[in-house]
Order: sequence, then structure tokens, then C-alpha cells
Amino acid sequence: MQGTCGLFHTSYASESQLLPTSFQRWRFGLFFAAYAFCPLFLDAYDLSVLIMIHVAVIGAVALNLLTGCCGQISLGHGAFVGVGAYASAILSGLGLPFLLALPAGGLVAACVGMFFGIPSLRLKGIYLAIATLAAQIIIEYLFLHWDGLTGGSNGMIVASPDLFGLAIDDEPGHFWLSFAVAALVVLAVSNIMRTRPGRAFVAVRDYYLSAEIVGVNLFATKLAAFGVSSFLAGVAGGLWAHYVMYVTPEMFGVGLSISYLAMIIIGGMGSVQGSVFGAIFITLLPEFLTFASGAASDVLPGLSDSLMAMKEGIFGLVLVLFLIFEPEGLSYRWRLFKAYWKLYPFAH
Amino acid sequence: MEFYLQLFISGLVIGSIYSLVALGFVIIYKATKVVNFAQGEMLMAGAYVCFALTVQAGLPFIASFLLTLAFSVLLGLCIERLILRPMIGEPIISVIMVTIGLSSVLKAVVQFFWGTDIRVYPEVLPTEPVMVAGVPVAPVYVAAFLLSLLLFAAFTLFFKYSRYGIAMRATAFDQQAAQSMGIGIKNIFALSWCIAAVVSSIGGVILGNINGINIQLGQLGLKVFPAVILGGLDSLLGAAIGGLAIGVLENVCGGLAKDLLGLGGFREVSAFIFLVLILMVKPYGLFGTRHIERV
Repeated sequence: MQGTCGLFHTSYASESQLLPTSFQRWRFGLFFAAYAFCPLFLDAYDLSVLIMIHVAVIGAVALNLLTGCCGQISLGHGAFVGVGAYASAILSGLGLPFLLALPAGGLVAACVGMFFGIPSLRLKGIYLAIATLAAQIIIEYLFLHWDGLTGGSNGMIVASPDLFGLAIDDEPGHFWLSFAVAALVVLAVSNIMRTRPGRAFVAVRDYYLSAEIVGVNLFATKLAAFGVSSFLAGVAGGLWAHYVMYVTPEMFGVGLSISYLAMIIIGGMGSVQGSVFGAIFITLLPEFLTFASGAASDVLPGLSDSLMAMKEGIFGLVLVLFLIFEPEGLSYRWRLFKAYWKLYPFAH
Repeated sequence: MEFYLQLFISGLVIGSIYSLVALGFVIIYKATKVVNFAQGEMLMAGAYVCFALTVQAGLPFIASFLLTLAFSVLLGLCIERLILRPMIGEPIISVIMVTIGLSSVLKAVVQFFWGTDIRVYPEVLPTEPVMVAGVPVAPVYVAAFLLSLLLFAAFTLFFKYSRYGIAMRATAFDQQAAQSMGIGIKNIFALSWCIAAVVSSIGGVILGNINGINIQLGQLGLKVFPAVILGGLDSLLGAAIGGLAIGVLENVCGGLAKDLLGLGGFREVSAFIFLVLILMVKPYGLFGTRHIERV
């Protein structure tokens, strides 16, 4: 490959590589190595934002697998995150080690997600969206009213996690933990996307009838998509719960489902990289607003209060503007950006 | 028993509001195939504008009611032109998300102008109750129910006989054929958003007269989904019957659950459990068009 201009694949294996060029491998490796040192020179608040980004990345990548790749619209993703959070919190409260409670919470979420995915056999598009919205509201009701298990509206306290006798109770610990899990999840989903089940997801999304004709079992594929997506959502929930150390029903409302959908749309549907971008963008948006209102308060004193009240409205506005002006999302913009620099300064 | 009769009647009243919101939803869905998640926020906007005109500007109720309708026409036009028209031909998830985004923008705008407190309308109707089937009912409830019936009659006639109503039905049936017969599809889209905004703001004004208004009013928009799924997504009659049925059902179920099982707040969730059941058994609802696919 050295000395040639362009990238020529000579085998299927080289074509389906995640990072085909050595430049990309170096770039990712260096970035991850540098990123892992963040806790050494960032304060606790910045780290907490980064931890929330890691959790959001896991959730968004999971939803992207279901909605972006398999085409099954889910308005219940927030509730599945919540199921994972509650399940892992309850299990670790019963004395299960964190390393087992986290995937166990994911499994519980996967079971719940697959149960609510059953209607997807018969329902498509808007009907499925409404069915998953119903799932969201029913699960939220259970969080709020199944007092014996969830602590009702008071929520419940979660013990801080413990890895092989090493207590993780400060921001750097949680940073490395959530970073490791997020990197694993992104790697796993990228790998799922280049195997047979992943291609089956895309086939079902593109046209269910031809997918079935080429031998994809529709029901099993859709159910698998719901299962994997809810499992990862549950893992995200478990991490979140163990980081903030409490869970309440308000954390997992319909607003959370909507913000996950917003992440994958703003990032670019169907692209793992896009979901990561979207998760970063949506998590940083309120931080940016806080910063901007703080900076503007010197000039316009009344502005900061009203800006905080407008948080949700600005979120909606950003969503609408993205859908109208940039429907392909941030990952498309990133591709254009890379294409521009590829032949710089000989752009044409 | 009287308790349940009371629940039944107040269910009919709240159900008639659900029907109105569902009517707006169905009109939009029928003509443009857009699923509008902002229906509840459109209701809320109408209710707040009417409140502002009556209480803050001091206009007589009838005048401010008419002005509210004019405002809703404008709101519907703006939403259609600025937000929904660029989305024609986009995938269904994008259209859903754009209406969700719209709903949070509308909510934020209302919150910006009026804050989050409960606002109460002045008394428009007398307060002493009238007797309906041996149960005392506030006149505003009766008025709400009658007004909803009247609106349904008016819209049924509109769709059956008026030129625009027939054009809207033709567009819903087949857009290309309608366009080739000289119907302006864009005008029809705009018209359907106007009607939807007007109908839901009437619902908002009625609701404001019953309970007062606050920022949570938009939550009502979620309740239209059980109603329209029960009635069928593209049926006006279905919206009317579905709304009434869901209103009664959730009131009675909530009462029963509290009495028999001691469950609080079951009213909110019962309609959605029912929704899942309908989707499993009869996804196209009572009066909806079936899309038959042979696989």
C-alpha cells in the first residue's frame, strides 16, 4: 500500500476493516491515549460532564442500532435506560458485585425491551412509535408506583461501585470506568454492523419485504435489534445510576427518550460516529447555554435567568433547525470536512 | 354508584376535549400524513392567548375568543410554511422529531411570556350546577360538551359538502390525482394546519374555563394517541368516538383502581395500557382505513 495514491482493497477483510489506513489507526490511538490522561488536569465538574457524555454515547449508539440501522422507531429508549438503572441498582443493593450487576441490569432491560418490541412484528412507522411511547409511559408509571421495588417518587440510593476490591467513588475513577465501557460499546456496535446480523438490520430498514425474500427472518431480526439496543441502554443506565448514586423516576421520562432520538438525528442516523457526535453535542448544549448566560449576565443581567428557562426551547429549536437545514447530521458535515482537507491545497 | 356516574360524566367532558384535539390531529394526518406531536402545545398556546386577551388586555370574552381563533389560523399557517413544508418527503422519524422539537419550542415561548403558575379564567358562565341524569354538573361542563358536539357537526358538514372540504378529502385519498384535478396541494396542507390549530385552541379555551391553565397543559397532547388509535388514525368519526371513549375509560378505570386496588395515579396510565391492547388486536382502530399487505 505504501507509495500508492489512494486506498485499494485487495481482500474483503481489508475492505471491512474499521480503521483501514495506518493514519487513522495512529490518530485514534493517540487521541485515546491523550484522552485517558484527562483526569490529571481537569477539575471534578469538567470530568462529570465528560462522564455524562460517556453515558450518553452508550445510550445513543444503542438507540442508533435500533432506529438508525434497523429502522424501528423507539420513543421508549429512556424507559429502557431506566430499567437498566433500577435493575442494576437493586441487584448491587442485594450484594451482587458491580461487574455482574451492570450486565445483569442490561439483561433485565433487554428482556423488557424485547417484550415491548414484540408488537414491532405487526406495527411499522408511526404505529410502532406510538406503541413504544405507550411503553415509556407504562414503565414510568411502574417506576413511580411500584414502591416496594423502586422506592416510588423518593427514588433509591445506589452504592458506589467496587471493582475487584477497588472502590470507585471519585470522578477520575468514574471517568475511566465509563470511558472503558463506552469504548467497548462503540467497538462492539461497530463490529455488529459489519457482521451478518448487522447487515440484516440494515436490510430490514431499507425494505422489509426484500429483506425477508433474501432470507432474513424479520421477527427475529427486529427482536434482536430491540434486545441488543435495550441491553446497551440498560448498561448506560446502570453506569449513570452508579455514578450519581441515586435513581428517581424523573430521570427517565419521555424527555430522555426524546433527547436520545435528538442525539442520533443531529449526529446522523445510521452512523455510529454520528451518534457519538450527537451525544457529545446534546450533552454539551446545556453546558454551553450555562456558560453563555454566565458570560452574558454582565451585559444583560436579566438574560441568564430567562436563558435557563429557555433551555428546553433552545433544544427544540436546535432540533428543528438541524432537521430542516442539515438532515444528514453532523457525521455528514465531518465527511465533507475531511474530504475538503484530503487534497488540500489542490481542492479541485 | 353515583360516584361512578359522576366519573362517567366528567369523563365525557374531558373526553370531548380529547376528541377536539384528536380531530385536529386526524385532519393533519389525513391530509398530509404528518403525525403531530405538538397538538397539545397548540392547545396550550390558544388557551394562553385567550387568557392574555381576556384578563391582561381586558377584552370581553367573546371578542378575545374570536381573536384567539384568528391567532390560531396565523399560528397554523406559520408552522406549516416554516417548519413542515421543508420536511415534505423526509423519513417519518424526521417528521415526528420536527413536531416534537416544535412542541418544546412552543412550550418555551409560552413559559417565557406567562411563567409556570396556574392562571385562572374569569367566570364566563353561571356557577350553580344543573342536574344531568340526577347528578349535579357545572354549566361549563355542559357547555363544553355541547360546543364539541357542535364543532363535530360543523366539520362533518364541511367535509361532506363544502368545496374545500371535498378538496381536502380528495387530497387525503390521492395527492397526485387531486393535484392533476387542479387542487392546490400546498393550500390544502396549510388549510389543514389552520383547522387543526383552531380546533385545538378551542379545546384549550374550554379547558381553561374548566380548570385554569398551566404549563402542563401540553401533556394533554399525548392523550390524543390512545384516542386516535382507538378510533383509527384517519377517521373523523373515530376521533370523536375515540376521544369520548378514552375520556370515560380513563376516569372510570382510575376510580376503579383506586377503589379496589388502592392504586394512585392509575388514571394517567390506563389509556396507554388500553392503547397497547388495541395495537395488538386491531391496529387500524374502529374506523381507520386498513392497509392490506400481502406477504
